[in-house]
Amino acid sequence: MIHAYRMHGTNLVLDVSSGAVHVFDDAAFRVLECFGQDGRLDEKKFSKLKEEMPEREIREALDEIRSLISEGLLFSEDPYEEFLPQWTRNTVVKALCLHIAHDCNLRCRYCFAGAGEYLGERSLMSLEVGKKAIDFLIENSGNRRNLEVDFFGGEPLMNFDVVKGIVGYARSREQDSGKRFRFTITTNILLLNKDKRDFINEHMDNVVLSIDGRREVNDAMRQRLDGTGCYDRILPLAKAMVEERGHQNYYVRGTFTRDNLDFGEDVLHLADLGFEQISVEPVVASAESGLDIREEDIPRACAEYERLAKIYAERRADGRWFNFFHFMLDLEGGPCIAKRLRGCGSGTEYLAVTPEGDLYPCHQFAGQPEFLLGSVFTGFSGNPVREEFYCSNVYEKPECRECWAKYYCSGGCAANAWKFNQDIKKTYRIGCELEKKRIECALWIKAQESR
Amino acid sequence: MKHIKTINGKTLNRDVKKAGCGECQTSCQSACKTSCTVANQKCEKK
Ligand code: SF4
Ligand code: SF4
Repeated sequence: MIHAYRMHGTNLVLDVSSGAVHVFDDAAFRVLECFGQDGRLDEKKFSKLKEEMPEREIREALDEIRSLISEGLLFSEDPYEEFLPQWTRNTVVKALCLHIAHDCNLRCRYCFAGAGEYLGERSLMSLEVGKKAIDFLIENSGNRRNLEVDFFGGEPLMNFDVVKGIVGYARSREQDSGKRFRFTITTNILLLNKDKRDFINEHMDNVVLSIDGRREVNDAMRQRLDGTGCYDRILPLAKAMVEERGHQNYYVRGTFTRDNLDFGEDVLHLADLGFEQISVEPVVASAESGLDIREEDIPRACAEYERLAKIYAERRADGRWFNFFHFMLDLEGGPCIAKRLRGCGSGTEYLAVTPEGDLYPCHQFAGQPEFLLGSVFTGFSGNPVREEFYCSNVYEKPECRECWAKYYCSGGCAANAWKFNQDIKKTYRIGCELEKKRIECALWIKAQESR
Repeated sequence: MKHIKTINGKTLNRDVKKAGCGECQTSCQSACKTSCTVANQKCEKK
């Protein structure tokens, strides 16, 4: 399978299975268009092309295309499916998302967790539950050495003493268990005072700071209980945090909705503020919210990604470098193919723990009774739904199997698939369209940077 | 080549036999999280 497209005057061709990426000139691109996805030349199209293009050019281009094919760099076969059983056999739990607080001091209008409460009551995780979660992770992680714990909410800073207690407990168990913990925290920044920043800087591998971009955009969504926006309060705290971390291992992340389909401006605003690690993502919200990205918004959102990609490449070249998370693509390195086929690992390698200690496939499933998988106190309950997560990979999802982006996207988000289609194997189409555009942009940026 | 420039060679199928050690980070891809596409993650072995 190949994916051939044109962006800002560059013809790009991705050979899906090998990961090879080529830039074609217009002549070669036209010749390539005469090939089917099976790698065979369509004689009809080809003879038509011969009437339109000089024969010598056609022959040269054809020779080059054929040599790529013979080297396995174009129309290459997918050799991975047979390895799947070997890669899924030893799946163990390696990451937990701890819902430290099902409560929040903001009322973001797009929040999937319903003001931090999810589907339950307002509650805080106790240290006892947190310690049990660490024990559970150690016991269920087999031979894996690196374990991840993400402090999430609601808003985790509302229960920060427990965060500290859990970190201390996990560290105290590193030696006897032979494990190494990596901590991350995702916060709305409001309570990020010096003490907390110091603790986070000392103990956390990554910190994710939520801010949506321009003041008016942020404040229209990220509001306090009294309806006031939080931009002016959080910006200095976020800047201090990043400064004190030496500009390493953090992300500022925002969400865009159909109210700001010019979200590129928000990305650039964050870059202008001095942030270098930026993530701004499409909201996943229901139609009732009025904020959801709709079919009719796709062309505008895609055009905005392309516009941003161009500015991004220029800025990175002229010394105003920054990273936009969704344009980052490690072509030479990156994760192994086993990971690319399976994605986030929700329900298998990755689980969410509620304040009460209940286990769910991931934070977005928390509180949905049919997805309750057990508890940190009693272990897995044997809920058969877990099997579905085990079998979740790009070959099992019909849309993904045929999709050129599968080894970069890894099959999308099960929670979105459930939310929109009540089937974790049925992909969320709008998400797919935006994801594919981001990957196209990322490849285009690589092409610019390799000039 | 005159008409085609290859900017990335065969990279996905390089280490099929060694793949799947599982020490790498998990990666949520949704809008609410430390989210990211899988493709930009690091391999723990390198
Ligand atoms: S873009 Fe959609 S169809 Fe393609 S791999 Fe991702 S989730 Fe699957
Ligand atoms: S299912 Fe979706 S929200 Fe849950 S961990 Fe995976 S990508 Fe993230």
